[in-house]
Amino acid sequence: MFRLLEDDRGRMESTVTIEIDGYPVIARIGETVASALLREGASWSRTTPVSGARRAPYCMMGVCFECLMLVEGEGLVRACQTPVRDGLKVERQMGPRKVGPSC
Amino acid sequence: MFDCVVIGGGVVGSAIAYGLASHLDSVLMIDGRDSEPRAAQANFGLVWYQSKGVGMPAYQRLSRLAVEEWRSFSEEIEETGGIPIEFAGPGGLTFCLGDQELEARQTILSRLAGQMERTEIGMLSRHELERLYPGIRLGKDVTGGAFSALDGHVNPLRLLMALQQGFVNAGGTVHRGRRVDGIEVCGGQFRLHLKRSVVHAARVVIAAGEASRVLAEPLGMTLPFTLQRGQILVTERVGPVLPYPSDRIRQTAGGTIMIGGTKENVGRDTGTTANAAASLAARAIRVFPDLARVSAVRQWSGRRVITPDIAPIYERSSRFPGAYACICHSGVTLAAYHARGLAKRIAGYGSWDDVQKFSARRFDVQAA
Ligand SMILES: Cc1cc2nc3c(=O)[nH]c(=O)nc-3n(C[C@H](O)[C@H](O)[C@H](O)COP(=O)(O)OP(=O)(O)OC[C@H]3O[C@@H](n4cnc5c(N)ncnc54)[C@H](O)[C@@H]3O)c2cc1C
Ligand code: FES
Repeated sequence: MFRLLEDDRGRMESTVTIEIDGYPVIARIGETVASALLREGASWSRTTPVSGARRAPYCMMGVCFECLMLVEGEGLVRACQTPVRDGLKVERQMGPRKVGPSC
Repeated sequence: MFDCVVIGGGVVGSAIAYGLASHLDSVLMIDGRDSEPRAAQANFGLVWYQSKGVGMPAYQRLSRLAVEEWRSFSEEIEETGGIPIEFAGPGGLTFCLGDQELEARQTILSRLAGQMERTEIGMLSRHELERLYPGIRLGKDVTGGAFSALDGHVNPLRLLMALQQGFVNAGGTVHRGRRVDGIEVCGGQFRLHLKRSVVHAARVVIAAGEASRVLAEPLGMTLPFTLQRGQILVTERVGPVLPYPSDRIRQTAGGTIMIGGTKENVGRDTGTTANAAASLAARAIRVFPDLARVSAVRQWSGRRVITPDIAPIYERSSRFPGAYACICHSGVTLAAYHARGLAKRIAGYGSWDDVQKFSARRFDVQAA
């Protein structure tokens, strides 16, 4: 759906690979998890705990909280405020978050 | 002319008005502007009896009566108001951190037990607490807790909506966004002055929260109280992990976890502070360490109306029969009583003797 303005997929030295739900996703150094997600075919970030409907990054500036995703080591955070780094593992948040010893 | 006018549409005024509508033909509730302070929209939502009435058996009995009535009251109000209020009464806990808190809680419980035959409140060991919360770990400092089988919680905003809708469905009239500036008595009737109009009533109930004092004074009713700020922290929605509400941490039906409440003497300030957020979160994490991974998403504060003994004041003017005033801290808990027992007595049925114990005159006696 979305693509970078200047397509620099060729310049591999400026990209990293993150993992979204176990799948590798190429991202550019300095961008956020949300912007990498938006270039994916399935660009949604979570399902809401209220209705189960899908949600995707919306404001891209940290105010709408639609982009909440589970980021390894950080918990449920706004993907639009989270810079990518190589090997970062991200999961879509399905419904309410689980709390407990195993999480 | 109205049979009765209730001033204030918070949880106290709404409950009384709702109850009055089934006894009297014409009841009007006047609620102030949105900018008026509203404790009913800031509170924690506990229906709570286990800590009430130490040193005041009448308040202990009243709170117990209220929580017992709550079970049938919640069904009644959902039906008459047509709004689910998310009430649950599985029992409730007070967690103790460290030995000092445990001893202090034990002392409170034995004082309460000395005032009432079967309080239905008991101490639980840490091990027993662990069995009540199978889905989440308890912090290492949790030494035990008090459990009351009668306590519970409710969505306070839905309660308020249901009471007001139930009142209207029972034939009551609501005037919103209007302020009563003063009350005059002439010929045994009350004349309520609003900005551009006057309302006449045979009875008047002042239930305007912290604004009640100035309205009640000219009618010969003195309402002593101070204000106390309470801040509350709310987390994101998470899957169900807390099957029981506790005095400072409860999970709502929607999944958010509410963490409350500070007790601060800061006058009329309703700001929120980073210090309060930090200390509320720190205590919650000491009780349930797994909450450290959950994000807080909202924080707000409200003002409690605190009488000298924390119990409610129910006043009936002796100089001007037909004038009543009601202020209290635990307006959610007491809603069942306000809608039933109290409203009935204000309408003129049943004896006022029990209610008389909650007159502000009890403070004069103590001073003498
Ligand atoms: C942080 C916090 C947590 C709490 N937690 C709990 C809890 O867990 N359980 C519990 O039982 N209680 C709790 N409480 C207490 C409870 O919220 C109050 O007891 C209750 O809200 C008081 O209701 P009220 O109707 O008297 O006052 P308010 O809610 O303040 O309502 C007063 C109303 O009167 C109106 N008004 C004022 N002046 C005028 C006027 N001149 N003319 C017309 N209308 C006027 C206002 O507009 C307002 O709507 C809590 C309170 C706070 C602050
Ligand atoms: S997209 Fe709105 S907060 Fe991230």
